[in-house]
Amino acid sequence: MEDIVKKRIKQVLKGDQSAFEEIVSLYQNRLYQVCYRMLGNRHEAEDIAQEAFIRAYINLHTFDQKRKFSTWLYRIATNLCIDRIRKKKPDTFLDAPVPGTDGLDHYSSLAHDSPLPEEEVEKMEQQERVQYEISRLPDKYRSAIVLRYIEELPLQEISDILELPLGTVKTRIHRGREALRKQMKKL
Amino acid sequence: MKPCPEEIVQYMHDYLDGEITRRDEQILKEHLEKCPACQEHMDQLSRSVAFLKSASHIEAPEGFSNRVMASLPKERQSAGVRRWFGRHPMLAAAAMFMLLAGLALFSNFNTSDQQLAVSTQPNLVVEGNKVTVPEGETVKGDLVVRNGELHIEGEVEGDVTVINGSKYMASTAVVTGRIEEIDRAFEWLWYTIKSGVKEGLSVFEGPDAGDEEE
Ligand SMILES: [Zn+2]
Repeated sequence: MEDIVKKRIKQVLKGDQSAFEEIVSLYQNRLYQVCYRMLGNRHEAEDIAQEAFIRAYINLHTFDQKRKFSTWLYRIATNLCIDRIRKKKPDTFLDAPVPGTDGLDHYSSLAHDSPLPEEEVEKMEQQERVQYEISRLPDKYRSAIVLRYIEELPLQEISDILELPLGTVKTRIHRGREALRKQMKKL
Repeated sequence: MKPCPEEIVQYMHDYLDGEITRRDEQILKEHLEKCPACQEHMDQLSRSVAFLKSASHIEAPEGFSNRVMASLPKERQSAGVRRWFGRHPMLAAAAMFMLLAGLALFSNFNTSDQQLAVSTQPNLVVEGNKVTVPEGETVKGDLVVRNGELHIEGEVEGDVTVINGSKYMASTAVVTGRIEEIDRAFEWLWYTIKSGVKEGLSVFEGPDAGDEEE
C-alpha cells in the first residue's frame, strides 16, 4: 500500500491535485478515528482530521519519501489534536509532575474537567463509557494509549509518530494503563 | 507481610507490552501466585486493556474525502513554481539570473512596445508621475504603470496593472480586462515571471529610469 501512496504523492507533487483523493480515501478512517478518540467529539474530529489532510497536502514537499507516510500523517493529526486539547483547557497545561506521586495523581486530578458522578457513569453504555474513560486520561498519555490500543500500532511506530524516545513512549503507556486502572477500579 | 519487590509492577507492564524476558516472566508468575494484591493489580490492568480494545471501530463520516478535496487550496501556477524553487535553490538562482539578464537585454530593444505607458501610447497624458487615460479616449491593449498614479477617465481595452503606485477610476472609466495592483517586491517578481518579458520591467525603462536615480 505504501507503494501506491508514494506513487500518488509523486503525482500530487507534479501538480495533479486529484491524485490526493486516493490518499485521503486510504487514510481517512484511521485519521478520523484517532482524532475522535483524542477529542471525544465527532464534529471536532472531522474538523481536525480534515485540517490534517489539508496540512499534509500543503506540506507534502517536505515529506521524506524514504519514510512511512502513515507515520507522518499520524504525526500531523496527533499534533493538531494535542493543540486543540490544550487550547480548550489551558489550566491543565502543567507539565511538571509533582514529586513523589510519579505524576499520576497530579494528572488524574486535572485530567477531566468535571468527573461525572458514579451513578451517571454506571448508567453509560459500554461504548460511551470507553470514550469517557479515554477522555479522562491526561493528554500526554492519551495519545500514546490511543495509538497503541485503538490504532494497534507497534511501540516503535508510536515513538516515530510522537517523536519521543521509545523509553518515553513505554513509560507513557505504562502510566496510561495505571491511570485507566485507577479510574476503573470498580469495573 | 513482606512488601512486594518493586520491579513486579514493571514486569506487569513489560508483560502487557509483550516485551518481558523469560526469566522476569517466571518471577512475575511466581509472585502473582502467592500475592493476592499483585494478582488484583494485574487483573485490573488486563481488564483496562481489554476494555480499551473493546472500543468499536470508528469510520470517517460520509463525504469526508469530498470535503477534504473541496477545501484544498487551488493549485496555482505560482505554487508549483515556488515549490520547484524550494527544491532546486541553485537552479532557481541561475534561472532568476538568466531572467533578469534577459530582461535587461531585452529592454534595450523594446522601447517601442505599445504597453510603454509613458512614451508610446498616443492617447495617454503624462504629467510628472501621473498617467491619465483621458475621457473619451481608448487605450488599446494592456496598460501597466509603475511608480506612478494612474487616472482612468476613458477606456482601456485590456488589463490594467499598477505596480508600486495608485489608481483612480473616474465614473466614466471602462476597463475591459482585469485590474491588478501589485505593491510588494515579491509579488512584482512573480508577476514578472508570470507575464514574461513582454510586459515586464522593460516597459518602464526610459523616462522613469532617470527619475529613480535622483
Ligand atoms: Zn505482590
